[in-house]
Amino acid sequence: MVTQVIKPDPKAKNLLMGKGSSRRAIQDRLTQVGVTIGGTMVFVALLLIFFYLLYVVKPIFDGAEVTPLVSVDITNNASPALMLGSDEQNEIIYRVSESGQVDFYDAKSGQLIETETLPLPQGAEVVGSATSVASEQRFALGLSNGQMLLAGINFGVTYPNNQRVITPDLRYPAGSAPLTVDGNGSPLNNLVFGYSSDKMSFAYQDQNNLWHLTRQEGEENMMTEEVEWIATTGLITDAPQDVQQRLMTPDQRQLLLRSGDKLFIYNIRDADDISLQQVLELELAKAKVTDVSLLAGASSILVSYDSGLVAQYFQVNGERGRQYQEIRSFDASSSVASVASEFYRKSFVTVSDQGDLTLLYTTSERELFSESFDLKNPKKVGFSPRSNALVVEAGSKLHLFAVENSHPEVSWSAMWSKVWYEGYPEPKFVWQSTSGSDDFEAKLSLMPLAFGTMKAALYAMLFATPLAIAGAIYTAYFMSPKIRSIVKPTIEIMEALPTVILGFLAGLWLAPLIEDNLPGILVLLVLLPLSILATAFLWHNLPGKWKQRLPETYQELMLLPVIIFIGWFSFAISPAIEVAFFHGDSRMFITNELGITFDQRNALVVGIAMGFAVIPTIFSIAEDAVFSVPRHLSNGSLALGATNWQTLTRVVLLTASPGIFSAIMMGLGRAVGETMIVLMATGNTAIMEWSVFEGMRTLAANIAVEMPESAIGSSHYRVLFLAAFVLFIFTFFFNTIAEVVRQRLRERYSSL
Amino acid sequence: MGKWFKSGSPWIWMTGGAVSISLIAVLGLLLMIAWRGLSYFWPAEVYQWELNDPDGNRYTLIGEIYDKEEVPTERLISAGHVFKEMPGETVTRYLVKTGNREFVGLDFRWILATDIISRTQPENIAVIERSKNGDFYGYPIAVVEDGKRLALDDIEASFEAHIERAVELNDKAVTLQKSEIGSINYAMEQLRLQERRYELDGQLTEARKAEIAVKQASLQADYLLLEKSFFALRTEAARDSVIIKDMRGEEVVLKLDTILDVTYSNRISLIGKVGHWFVGVGRFISDDPREANTEGGVFPAIFGTVFMVMLMAVIVTPFGVIAAIYLHEYAKKGPVTKMIRIAVINLAGVPSIVYGVFGLGFFVYMFGGTLDQLFYPEALPAPTFGSPGVLWSALTLAILTLPVVIVSTEEGLSRIPSAVRQGSLALGATKAETLWRIVIPMASPAIMTGLILAVARAAGEVAPLMLVGVVKLAPTLPIDMNFPFVHLERKFMHLGFHIYDVGFQSPNVEAARPLVYATSFLLVSVIVSLNLTAIGVRNHLREKYRSLEH
Repeated sequence: MVTQVIKPDPKAKNLLMGKGSSRRAIQDRLTQVGVTIGGTMVFVALLLIFFYLLYVVKPIFDGAEVTPLVSVDITNNASPALMLGSDEQNEIIYRVSESGQVDFYDAKSGQLIETETLPLPQGAEVVGSATSVASEQRFALGLSNGQMLLAGINFGVTYPNNQRVITPDLRYPAGSAPLTVDGNGSPLNNLVFGYSSDKMSFAYQDQNNLWHLTRQEGEENMMTEEVEWIATTGLITDAPQDVQQRLMTPDQRQLLLRSGDKLFIYNIRDADDISLQQVLELELAKAKVTDVSLLAGASSILVSYDSGLVAQYFQVNGERGRQYQEIRSFDASSSVASVASEFYRKSFVTVSDQGDLTLLYTTSERELFSESFDLKNPKKVGFSPRSNALVVEAGSKLHLFAVENSHPEVSWSAMWSKVWYEGYPEPKFVWQSTSGSDDFEAKLSLMPLAFGTMKAALYAMLFATPLAIAGAIYTAYFMSPKIRSIVKPTIEIMEALPTVILGFLAGLWLAPLIEDNLPGILVLLVLLPLSILATAFLWHNLPGKWKQRLPETYQELMLLPVIIFIGWFSFAISPAIEVAFFHGDSRMFITNELGITFDQRNALVVGIAMGFAVIPTIFSIAEDAVFSVPRHLSNGSLALGATNWQTLTRVVLLTASPGIFSAIMMGLGRAVGETMIVLMATGNTAIMEWSVFEGMRTLAANIAVEMPESAIGSSHYRVLFLAAFVLFIFTFFFNTIAEVVRQRLRERYSSL
Repeated sequence: MGKWFKSGSPWIWMTGGAVSISLIAVLGLLLMIAWRGLSYFWPAEVYQWELNDPDGNRYTLIGEIYDKEEVPTERLISAGHVFKEMPGETVTRYLVKTGNREFVGLDFRWILATDIISRTQPENIAVIERSKNGDFYGYPIAVVEDGKRLALDDIEASFEAHIERAVELNDKAVTLQKSEIGSINYAMEQLRLQERRYELDGQLTEARKAEIAVKQASLQADYLLLEKSFFALRTEAARDSVIIKDMRGEEVVLKLDTILDVTYSNRISLIGKVGHWFVGVGRFISDDPREANTEGGVFPAIFGTVFMVMLMAVIVTPFGVIAAIYLHEYAKKGPVTKMIRIAVINLAGVPSIVYGVFGLGFFVYMFGGTLDQLFYPEALPAPTFGSPGVLWSALTLAILTLPVVIVSTEEGLSRIPSAVRQGSLALGATKAETLWRIVIPMASPAIMTGLILAVARAAGEVAPLMLVGVVKLAPTLPIDMNFPFVHLERKFMHLGFHIYDVGFQSPNVEAARPLVYATSFLLVSVIVSLNLTAIGVRNHLREKYRSLEH
């Protein structure tokens, strides 16, 4: 055969495109480009959501950044450092020496701005000095004459000519005159103190190495409004002689004395009734204790060893009351020279003899930063008030480091595995993001929320899947087309029903209804299938002439009145059953006799309510899958003598099974992300119980509740974004599987 | 029997049962919402009970029956109730709405059928609707006009006339406050911002300062005048009062400025009740909410929902339609198209709360925050667009409903017979011309369907809105008479959120519940009718193209 190629006449082309053909061609081209860009926008939108969520989440997994800023020469002091730090803006560095001399250095120029010494009384000398916990920035000097001086670092901020000026000075909370602690005038060796505005405690060793405790309690005189100080003293008889380190908790309830590898913990709540609470063995096989310090909040003790190990201890309620116990330990490279904790968070920094600076966070067990710096002979380290700077004394220099440490409390392991929080008897999954108190540590474990999500989805699927799939099979395979055209949109309209209404009904109507009619629900579960079977059997045995009266296409409608009647009947006999079997109060019966916790808004309510929301999704897709099984397959099976049921189970369902699977996946995706129903139909408590009578808190509901009140950029905010990201990934996974399966199925059908 | 089981017929019946249960659930749910929502406006019968209290004393209770339930006697006994004569196994218990909140403490109480001595329906009980403290039930005794007790034969007519006067005055006061005083406040705020803007630009000269000061002074003078007449109206409305005998038998004085309406529900005829019902529905739709949203109407919520949804429709339609056209007309079969299809499915499947989170972070904080810094530095640190608002809500929901529009439009496109396109191309039209002149007009009903479905979806969505712009009570609507008239940065009220808020966050859930049902019914009826319209349009479309094909 000869192919004839006809070239179009150039005139014809001109005719087709007409005048201004180039304009039209450009227009055509532009439309194509525009539409293509518009089309890919959908994909871009999805990518944008994905990457934006990731972008917000990412910083919580970033480590900390420590960068050296300046080094300052210590000019006029030979006495070792007691305390180091800076002001809030990191403009002034201070160094308090053990002899009570305070030097302030300008952080920019490295110049000494001011030196202050405490006003020592004549003839007295410093025999013991101590610091408060980091956040209080106070120190005390114990004198040889039985007196002491208490001082705090203070930075005054003024704004002359709109310029910030910071002036450092010292504050004397207990007055600038020395306070007599020991009436006998014995020296206050190894002084340790605790201070609050109405209570001061001092523990010290006298010249005979005996430990004393003096407590001053202030009481305001009602008439003169003057504060009178009343002193009580106590003797600690069983204290060790040789004490290397001593600490007092800021609430002045515990005194800790370290002697070698032993830590003696005293209860000093009453000055005249001091008791030894616990002797903590800190001994390790190949390591010696170098330092003991309190973590922020003063509930935990950090013990550092010369092997580079730092161990955290806190009190745990046990058989012998609250006892200190080792919780976790960290490996901070070589021998730890000094440890400092942040003012408010549970981060701490260690400096090793080799100059390694390691930043760690206790609860999340994260090593945030570790690097070696040129720090020869490090002695002391201290945080700035906002924890964004570090002051390290090494050799005869003070080094200021900038610290960038925004989200130390979050780590992958803290979110997904059990964490032992201070004050908890054991490691646990806890979600508790906010609290009323100040020194509260946020507990951001996503586990209870993920669990709650799974639980809610599971109960919803348990309720919805059988109903939806059975319904879909019947509608697609057995129902007459006329009724199908009514039934299908009716059930599908459920999908459009706002979930807030389902949630409202579940919380305010269904939950009390179920609570009041528990036996009725139980009866309903049993009676419903039985009644359907009974109706079917009756129908089967009905004489033919009765059957003829009802056209066969309406056969299924017969079940409607039966089910309505059974529903009404179950609720009607509920009180009677309650009286007969549950002592008239089934809820009390469950709580008291069975010992099961019963929440009014529980998983059962959520399961039913969310089940309803999911039924149309599953129903619609599964129905489509069953309906589009080619008729010749089932006809062939029927022609070979199989019954309707056999054809259905062996041929139709088998062919449609990927579609049904995809329907379930879609339903699961919807159940996992559903917010309003869970928010309204459960108590939203983050517990981890499978019980059908208890509630849960899901990821989605948690976001809805907490997102509006979380501060932008905070760890809490970012963890909530992570929760959203987890939901996103989760549903992405289910939906993609469902879609791929469905596309395959479509191809297969078209080949059949 | 065994044979019957083997035939599989019982299992078929079971699947039939599943359909029936689903159907009953859907229809039952819709009917229940309709019934409860619509009966809210029906004037209820008011009863007067004589009751025995546990100590054997008699007391009177006036109120409406709110709920009724059967309680096992045993449960009541274990809760500490003492019966004089043992009743049967269960006792009927009524929940009675007694109103009179400020006098009796509890405006709802349960009474047991066994305690009731008598129940009557006195004709002259008045149900008084008030703007504060909920309803009041009692017998009007006298009207007090300007401190003088009026001696009248027909108290009821006089009472109604006086209420009408007070309501009218109150309405005037509210209008004055909202429109004119509101405008002045707005203008003052604009002046302050203007001054700040000059200051930031370094252009705040003395002349400008003086000019602004003059304007401020004139506004202030206007304000004082308006304020005076406002307070005059208020005092005038509070002039009269009414003396009412309540269920404790005490005479109570109620000021007329808080009274909105009085009905004698035991007396009015069926037609009267129907009229009352329509008035109630009308007020529900057109009034502002009162008493922390638990009473009054839902007009701002309706307005907010409609406005946001319309804004969203404007945004989502072009994008959705273009994407659908790309997928159906331009895209070649390949991995890219497949990926876009998967993206569409996923956009439809991503939980709505995730959109809320994205919208809050991306639109509100990032986008809005940048806008504020660029264009509204004078208002900072108070955010303008950098806080949740109606524009961000519309944008967020636009992404959420994008797949709905795409899927529906694409379906419409695929139903247009390819012969039509080929015909157009054969006659010399370009692809773009075919698209504009032939394909899109033919697909427009499908686009409409998609739009309707998107609107229905958006109207019912609450979770993301809680993060990006909805509030329980917005002081102003997004549209008002102040330039630039449309305020896209404002927060708005939403019917769905109203349901959540009133049902779960209000202090008196019991009192608010009927209102929540009414709001639910409103929302459901809007959404269901939108969906039915969409289905109708789609079916019509299918029929049309089927005839085209042959």
